[in-house]
Amino acid sequence: MSTTTVAAPLPNSLTAGKLPKHSSPVVLLASWLVTAAVFLIVQLSSAGTSFNVAGTLFFGTVLYCVAIYLLSYFVEGVRKAKDRLVTALVTAAFVIALLPLISLVATTVINGLPAFLTPTFFTSSQRNVVGAGGGALHAVIGTLFITGLATLISVPIGLLSAIYLTEYGRGRLARAITFFVDVMTGIPSIVAGLFAFALFSLLFNDPGIRFGFGGAISLSVLMIPVVVRSSEEMLKLVPNELREAAYALGVPKWLTILKVVLPTSLAGIVTGIMISISRVIGETAPLLIISGFTASMNYNLFSERMMTLPVFVYTQYANQGTDTQAYLDRAWAGALTLILIVMLLNALARLIAKLFSPKLGR
Amino acid sequence: MTTIVARDSIRAPQRAGDRIFSTATVVAGSLILAVLAAVAAFLLMQSLPAFVATPADFNGDATNFWAYVWPLAFGTLWSALLALLIAIPLAIGIALFISHYAPRRLSQGLGYIIDLLAAVPSVVFGLWGIGVLAPLLQPFYTSLVEWFGWIPLFAGPVSGTGRTILTVSIVLAVMVLPIITAICREIFLQTPVLYEEASLALGATRWEMIAMAVLPFGRSGIISASMLGLGRALGETMAVAMVLSPSPQVIFQLLTSQNPTTIAANIALNFPEAHGTGVNILLATGLVLFVITLAVNMVARVIINRRKAFSGAN
Repeated sequence: MSTTTVAAPLPNSLTAGKLPKHSSPVVLLASWLVTAAVFLIVQLSSAGTSFNVAGTLFFGTVLYCVAIYLLSYFVEGVRKAKDRLVTALVTAAFVIALLPLISLVATTVINGLPAFLTPTFFTSSQRNVVGAGGGALHAVIGTLFITGLATLISVPIGLLSAIYLTEYGRGRLARAITFFVDVMTGIPSIVAGLFAFALFSLLFNDPGIRFGFGGAISLSVLMIPVVVRSSEEMLKLVPNELREAAYALGVPKWLTILKVVLPTSLAGIVTGIMISISRVIGETAPLLIISGFTASMNYNLFSERMMTLPVFVYTQYANQGTDTQAYLDRAWAGALTLILIVMLLNALARLIAKLFSPKLGR
Repeated sequence: MTTIVARDSIRAPQRAGDRIFSTATVVAGSLILAVLAAVAAFLLMQSLPAFVATPADFNGDATNFWAYVWPLAFGTLWSALLALLIAIPLAIGIALFISHYAPRRLSQGLGYIIDLLAAVPSVVFGLWGIGVLAPLLQPFYTSLVEWFGWIPLFAGPVSGTGRTILTVSIVLAVMVLPIITAICREIFLQTPVLYEEASLALGATRWEMIAMAVLPFGRSGIISASMLGLGRALGETMAVAMVLSPSPQVIFQLLTSQNPTTIAANIALNFPEAHGTGVNILLATGLVLFVITLAVNMVARVIINRRKAFSGAN
């Protein structure tokens, strides 16, 4: 006699419960509304406090994470619940990262515009200015001079090194250069400034040396590795067939590099250089140390202190005179100018990369 | 029969242009190594007087160089560590969002937006930190001390300005976020698609796929990205110098008005007025910072390079 045992019905994961399609946004909205209601009650009970928008959004999002987890846990099971929780957390992380960027740009524009729009801001220096008025012309000139010279120094060295690494470099030297270029990208900017100071104060035997050229040298120390890295990446993208075709035609190696490899990757190299300029143009610490600060115009890189925009922002903030607001306004206006320059350089670089990059068929 | 082939291969004629050009590239490449060596050499040369400085040369009550530099080194490491604690989870989340959650079409644009954070000059971060963030956080700190003051880290008295080491660490975290995110994103995107598809095909949810395929694959990448972020956080100057209200001592409390300052910020604040042996002392602290960051960066690069070798990436 055979006994038939009835198996207990297996829970079928394919037909398990599923939350309706739009449940996530609905739950999110609901939790924000609930938190808003709680905050409203708190606000009404204690007179004089304003409605806490940031707190509402923050605690509403936290409430959403808990709610969606529990809801999904009871309907869909623990695995789906975890998945939904992580999705919420990851999205929240991205939004949290956007907040400082938005806040920073908004504050700079709002606080910087008044002084930025005064006619004297780009036509005069701070010489003999005590309260409001004056401008940042000396700082703009200094930034252009020092960054320009740093670019002139770094681009040839950086580009030649990148060519060495991609076209010539084999063996130990190439490996050492690659490694230390990577390490050099991590040198703190202030150490670069201290290096320039140590070098020139020893060379000229002047323990209080300050001049623009030193600033350019310290910026070059920071800029060269960035130029090498970006140019190297671009040179590596040049297809080997192009080089081989040139060699097959009997072109010497150096002419192949100059006439075939470099023109092919020119757009990418220019993009990299512009991004590296935008990287160093906002450096404050090295210039504060070796170029110093001044209120007057200085067109000579090789003598006397030279003002630059980042240092201008810092000194306007740090050495506020009696008319505090005027100094703060100028600091924010200088910050706005810096951000505009950096964003412009970045946008231009992306544009060049998009318009002129060779189509490699990928 | 074997024929012996003459082994004089055909040699290309040596052209002057070739020789000049290749020499120029070798010189440029070696110059980079020379610069790095020069940074170490000149800093060391100029900081020698600091190691034998007398107690009168130090401002504060330090009696020798190591007693002077220790609180600063502590502040540097402490603030960078706090910044990383905030930044790493966020950065991994953002990188995952860009690489695996956001719609494909948007992901590159979103990456650019995060990169924009890296383009903002540090002095602007400093202005923002002191003008916006510190006043914003101050009431929050007050209630934190009120409710959680029994935890030693949050012990009072609370700072009245919000210019505490926690604020500095938050600013630093925002500044290192783009670096860590960029590297993590690259690594996550390199996860073999077959692994991801295989785990999805076995019925894994998206999170299980990430936990089983993406994160183990990217672990060493995350570590090295964090170390590069650490290097950046250690050397950051202006944001710390502007936001922090410093006092050179070893303090763990996060929310009081007594905060350990960092090497870089200390140099930036004191260098313009320094003279005599004071300059040498600041240069010597700079040397200490250089050695710390160099070590961190070298370890990070070694990890990255070792990983490159076996993953077949690049």
